[in-house]
Amino acid sequence: MKARPGWLLLALGLGLTLAGILRGEAWRVLTKAIIICLECIGIG
Amino acid sequence: MTLTQRLRRKVQYLAALLANPYLIGFARGTIYQGNAKLVCVPFLNCYSCPGAIFSCPVGAVQAIAGGASYRLSLYVGGLLLAAGSVLGRFICGWLCPFGLIQELLASLSRTKLRLARVLTWPKYAIMVLLVPAVVVWAGATGTAVPLFCKYLCPAGTLEGGIPLVSLDLPLRALTGALFQWKVAVLAAVMIASVFVYRPFCRSLCPLGAFHGLLNGVALVSLNVNRERCTTCGTCSSVCPVDLDLPDRLNDPECIRCLRCLRACPQDAVRFSHRAGRNS
Repeated sequence: MKARPGWLLLALGLGLTLAGILRGEAWRVLTKAIIICLECIGIG
Repeated sequence: MTLTQRLRRKVQYLAALLANPYLIGFARGTIYQGNAKLVCVPFLNCYSCPGAIFSCPVGAVQAIAGGASYRLSLYVGGLLLAAGSVLGRFICGWLCPFGLIQELLASLSRTKLRLARVLTWPKYAIMVLLVPAVVVWAGATGTAVPLFCKYLCPAGTLEGGIPLVSLDLPLRALTGALFQWKVAVLAAVMIASVFVYRPFCRSLCPLGAFHGLLNGVALVSLNVNRERCTTCGTCSSVCPVDLDLPDRLNDPECIRCLRCLRACPQDAVRFSHRAGRNS
């Protein structure tokens, strides 16, 4: 199958996602997301 | 409404419900705090919405940008790249709850105004400045603030701010000028949505900008069979985002609503998936 940019970008995206998970970014997102974001709702 | 549009509407409702199933949060005035929020959805969905069980990528990117150790989120960027490289703006047209809300408002009026192309550019500036603005702000003030969420995002106001403020008296007492500003922005977007198709998506959404850039290379895309096409202009006439079709079929503005595909009398507009194959 002829390689298309879409496949390459998909592979890159999955690789970056994995790298981000390995350096703990998902947990940083979680710690932010489980607290009400006062800025997001127009308070702080 | 055609069969495809009815299907699309059902998928939109389902996606909105699957992204926001924590309905008990609306009753209690709380937000979901489980581990599902480790996962970002590829569309705008405020994680302070009482119903949201996943994280918003725009909020997440800004949260990472405001951190001390690293600024660019590989995790969120990778997720968006992976999703966008497969689907492009199908994500916008079929999954985003705020896109659905704008479309429901659009059905209130038959009058539709064209959106000048130049008004679609600000979303690219927002996309590019999203991270640097937070970094510069954090450096200048010492506090990491999600600027897009705080000053612009109408989805956060509608899905998070208004429900939580309505349900929580102490929170309501804290509302001030910022909340009024955000409600004004939300009102402007909602009113505009009645007369302009998806104004926020086309003008201001950084996710729409990002996914749109991938429309041309996404694994699921559209193409036109030039041998069948008679250039009758039917596809252009039904396009809700005012594209010059079929030449602009994979334009970054196309949200893959598939009206052109269904409307073409020659069946010339087709899906394209897997390398080099049509269906």
